[in-house]
Amino acid sequence: MSEPTKFKRKQKLKRTARNVWVNIVLIFITLLWTIPTLGIFVTSFRRSEDIFSSGWWSILPHRDWVKTEELTLSEDIDVDGTFIIEDIEGDFESFREGIVSEDGTQYRWYGNKRTLRVDKFEREWVGFGANLTLSNYRDVLASGKIQFTDGNGRTITRDGSNFYDAVLNSLAVAIPSTVIPILIAAFAAYAFAWMDFPGRKPLFVIVVALLVVPLQIALIPILQDYTSLDLNGSFLGMWLAHTGFGLPLAVYLLFNYISTLPRDIFESAFLDGATPFNIFARLVIPLSVPALASFAIFQFLWVWNDYLIALIFLGDKNRVVTSALAAMVGEKGQDWHLLTSGAFLSMILPLVVFFSLQRFFVRGLMAGSIKG
Amino acid sequence: MKSISIQKYFFLLLEVIVALAILILGYVFLKSWEGSKLFMVIVAIIWGVGSVAILFYVLNSIAETLPRKTRSIVLPVVFAGPALLLLLWFLILPTIRTFSLSFFNDTGRQFIGLTNYGNVFTDGVFWESFRNNIYWLVFGTSGSVGIGLLIAVLADKSRFENIYKALIFLPMAISFVGAGVIWKFIYAYKGEGANIVEIGLLNAIITGLGFKAQAWLQLPFWNNLLLIIIMVWLQTGYAMVILSSAIKGIPSSLIEAAKVDGATEFQVFRHIMIPEIMGTLITVSTTIVIFSLKLFDIVRVMTGGNFGTNVIANEFYLRQFTQGRTGEASALAILLLVAVVPVLLYNLRQFQGRKAFK
Amino acid sequence: MKRILTLILALMVFLMILGTTSCQKKDDMSKGSDKKVVTMAGPFTDNDAVKFEESIKAFEEETGIDIQYEGSKEFEASISVRIEGGNPPDIADFPQPGLLENFVKTGKVIDLSKTLDMTKVRNNYIQSWLDMGTMTGPDGPIMAGLWARVNLKGIVWYNKKAFDAAGYKVPTTWAELESLMEQIKSDGDAPWAIGIESGAATGWTATDWTEQLMLRTTSLENYDRWLTGDLKFDSPEVRTAIQTWSDIWFPEGNVYGGRKSIPTTSFGDSAKVLFEEPPKAWLHDQGNFIVSFFPEGLQPGVDYDFFNLPPVNDTYGAPLLVGGDIYAMFNDRPEVRQVMQYFASAQSIKTWLASGGVLAPQKDVDPNWLTNPVDRRLQELLKNAKALRFDGSDLMPGAVGAGSFWKEMTGYVSGSRTLDQAVKAIDASWPN
Repeated sequence: MSEPTKFKRKQKLKRTARNVWVNIVLIFITLLWTIPTLGIFVTSFRRSEDIFSSGWWSILPHRDWVKTEELTLSEDIDVDGTFIIEDIEGDFESFREGIVSEDGTQYRWYGNKRTLRVDKFEREWVGFGANLTLSNYRDVLASGKIQFTDGNGRTITRDGSNFYDAVLNSLAVAIPSTVIPILIAAFAAYAFAWMDFPGRKPLFVIVVALLVVPLQIALIPILQDYTSLDLNGSFLGMWLAHTGFGLPLAVYLLFNYISTLPRDIFESAFLDGATPFNIFARLVIPLSVPALASFAIFQFLWVWNDYLIALIFLGDKNRVVTSALAAMVGEKGQDWHLLTSGAFLSMILPLVVFFSLQRFFVRGLMAGSIKG
Repeated sequence: MKSISIQKYFFLLLEVIVALAILILGYVFLKSWEGSKLFMVIVAIIWGVGSVAILFYVLNSIAETLPRKTRSIVLPVVFAGPALLLLLWFLILPTIRTFSLSFFNDTGRQFIGLTNYGNVFTDGVFWESFRNNIYWLVFGTSGSVGIGLLIAVLADKSRFENIYKALIFLPMAISFVGAGVIWKFIYAYKGEGANIVEIGLLNAIITGLGFKAQAWLQLPFWNNLLLIIIMVWLQTGYAMVILSSAIKGIPSSLIEAAKVDGATEFQVFRHIMIPEIMGTLITVSTTIVIFSLKLFDIVRVMTGGNFGTNVIANEFYLRQFTQGRTGEASALAILLLVAVVPVLLYNLRQFQGRKAFK
Repeated sequence: MKRILTLILALMVFLMILGTTSCQKKDDMSKGSDKKVVTMAGPFTDNDAVKFEESIKAFEEETGIDIQYEGSKEFEASISVRIEGGNPPDIADFPQPGLLENFVKTGKVIDLSKTLDMTKVRNNYIQSWLDMGTMTGPDGPIMAGLWARVNLKGIVWYNKKAFDAAGYKVPTTWAELESLMEQIKSDGDAPWAIGIESGAATGWTATDWTEQLMLRTTSLENYDRWLTGDLKFDSPEVRTAIQTWSDIWFPEGNVYGGRKSIPTTSFGDSAKVLFEEPPKAWLHDQGNFIVSFFPEGLQPGVDYDFFNLPPVNDTYGAPLLVGGDIYAMFNDRPEVRQVMQYFASAQSIKTWLASGGVLAPQKDVDPNWLTNPVDRRLQELLKNAKALRFDGSDLMPGAVGAGSFWKEMTGYVSGSRTLDQAVKAIDASWPN
């Protein structure tokens, strides 16, 4: 074997080893990141009483104590001292914690001292996915009024969360609220980056400075304006609000990108007689697709997951997904079984958006068109 | 020549009329429609997006008919004007209003000078929140950006890049309402006593290792960190996506050349990647710093600001909306703004340095 | 670009024509029926909203007035915004009179004594409810709101079946309560189930306990002085009240899960352990609305029951603590008056009373409307009450009642604050 091939092979081996390490680190981090989500995914299939009595991981196959026998004790044992049950000696406290005998049986006191009952448990394998149910999802998706009969034979009526309508409303809010700010911000970013006009720099500084304004301070003044313009509860009002609040970041991000586009392409296009509008539509927009796509993702997610703005400007009439989720928590405060399944359903669409836009980040698209 | 110009004006007029008709008709339609929801939603989306496009198109058409000199002034107005107008309405005016309210009493009628600021400064809540905000700023930002950068760099070398990135990004798709629930399942504490089964993951791990279960959200200092972890979990995806696209924008020839010269991976990272993506890094850090200061949902959902975890934005919300203390709330909002000024100044200096304005 | 624009244009013009022709029809239709609409906003959502809608159905059918109720989970925030924004609902339902008082001060609430038939209203409420509905506006006191539904606080709930099986007796004096606690402890269980977590409102359960014990350890006059800020938190009276419940909450073994679990346990979940098999705790102190948080399928009077928290000493007895909803009017139109007048009668919540979980403050309530024996006894208790006081934190200024009082009590329970620090901090937050 000649020296260079040996060297090459060594290099290759080294690279594989490195790749393994890279993947191990990545798998570790991704696992950390995924476990919480996995937790609610599993929880969303569990029954509400199970959620409060055991951790979600208990659906995995594991060894657990399973009750095999109930022992009723005689009245005359001394519950305040030590006593013997089937050759096991202990006091109330230790039996309550559970005493394990040599043959692996656990004796555990049931309830308080007055029950005079001890349960025997044995360790057994508990299978995968015990007690999972789809009813949480059914309840979340139901529309109109849900009726069910409770233990006393009374019929209980609740408002269904009407998720389908909520998804439509969310779409009607989120799509224009994503596209409009992108359009407006792209025009503005282009103007700030490539057009010469008085006050350009100070105006841009103001735009960036507005990044820090917490949107809560705008809620009341805007609501007053909306009241006089009759925009409350309308989609238009939501679009405008999300556009207004999203613009600083949009302009900032798009400016950072558009301003780094190479100057020559503009100049040659200009010499060919193209108007700024043409340059914008034919060159800037196509070249900025990666930046536009990444902002689109964030803005869409932000709008989709927004609760505060929807709560205040949209109200109950055109309830969006987050409002439906919050309403699901309901008067009982802690209907975690509904909330987890609802939260999971609400994640589907944003993820689809992310995956469909993700391909715009691939190398080549940028490298080929700009830097190449 | 003249007839062409007349024709041009005629078409322009037509455009304007059609555009106005669409704007008004669409508005009326959406206001009064009570039929199929799906149909309304489709119309709403097309109308909303289309109107803005048409607006720009028509405004530009008008501007282009103007003489050359006026055009060069009017065009930037057409391009940047709508954005500036919206910003004026939605952010600038409300900020000015809040600023003035911070000098008035809660009914907004009586001028009380700096009293609100005095009250805020002498209030222990403010300093506690301020301290926590600094934790959020430092740990939250470095955590999100650091891990985001690590993943962006490493994933670039892996064949399964998209899978890793998608999973890291996943939390971004979760609303605060959902995230609150998720993390309650992690930090839950059920107390001590016989046969209490912990349903919180963290306590399950701790007790599994033989330690005592902890009331995590009540541990001073650490509870802030635990809340910040939630933000890092949510925001790392953002940093990763942007940084990753910046890394992919580095010409591969540059990296190849360095490798041929014998540079190690770390040297490539330190001396080529970092300088190349510096601009993006600053952008991402700035937005996350600002986000971490404005954030209040996590605190509100998880602890309600109790146990020493309050932050200024949450206190603002409480005073403004729950307690009706408008004056002090406004003062808090203004102080929050002031606190971010250094970040802004740094950022703007960077802009100067990069000669972004050509 | 141009082609796409033309396409969008064409599509939109088409849709618009389609749309406007069809909504033309809608307009004609809606003009036909001349329905009067009264808008209403409140904090009921979900199950409560359904119950409310049911309770007004008969009235709506009879009068043809359409009451459009909009429930919001962030009611406190959204009502402020709507009123500040000049767009109030016709009627708003306030769960906290303190919040209503803020709007009364700015003159935004209509004086009911000038708009309603007051003789009817006066005949239907005992004086203390009327007093609690009277607030001071910019032009002097006005009748700001009507109490429409109430709940009784300071009620101790227990798992009746298990309680009887264990042979425990309902305590009627403080000493009996203490010996019952000792008994339960020596039997190996925790006597109390307590949780004060409630999101941004965490701590209100602790304030309720403080109020109950204020009523039991000092005079009604002192209680009233305390609400106005006249009696400081840093006074022996208030300290004693807080100390009395601390003696129940803090010693080891008294509360299920221990002191540290109290601030992280949701108030709604905390009672659930009473009904586990076997019960993990035996007593739970909370307003009567808590029964809707109990596991489904429990039978009132059979599976669970209640007793009034016993008096600490004979001098002060055990006055009732109540909370409730006060309805205020923001727009004066004949149909709004008609609706408000209706709310002044117990008829307006008849179906709700039947389905359980609420009590009526109006005198014309017929106990037979309540199908639930536990509610019927509560209603009777309320009707025959000699001394009665409203939830104090709801009457204090927002900065205290919805702010420092909750927050400091939470800090105190979690152990990050001493009692001394807590009461001083609350006093300091009292607006001047």
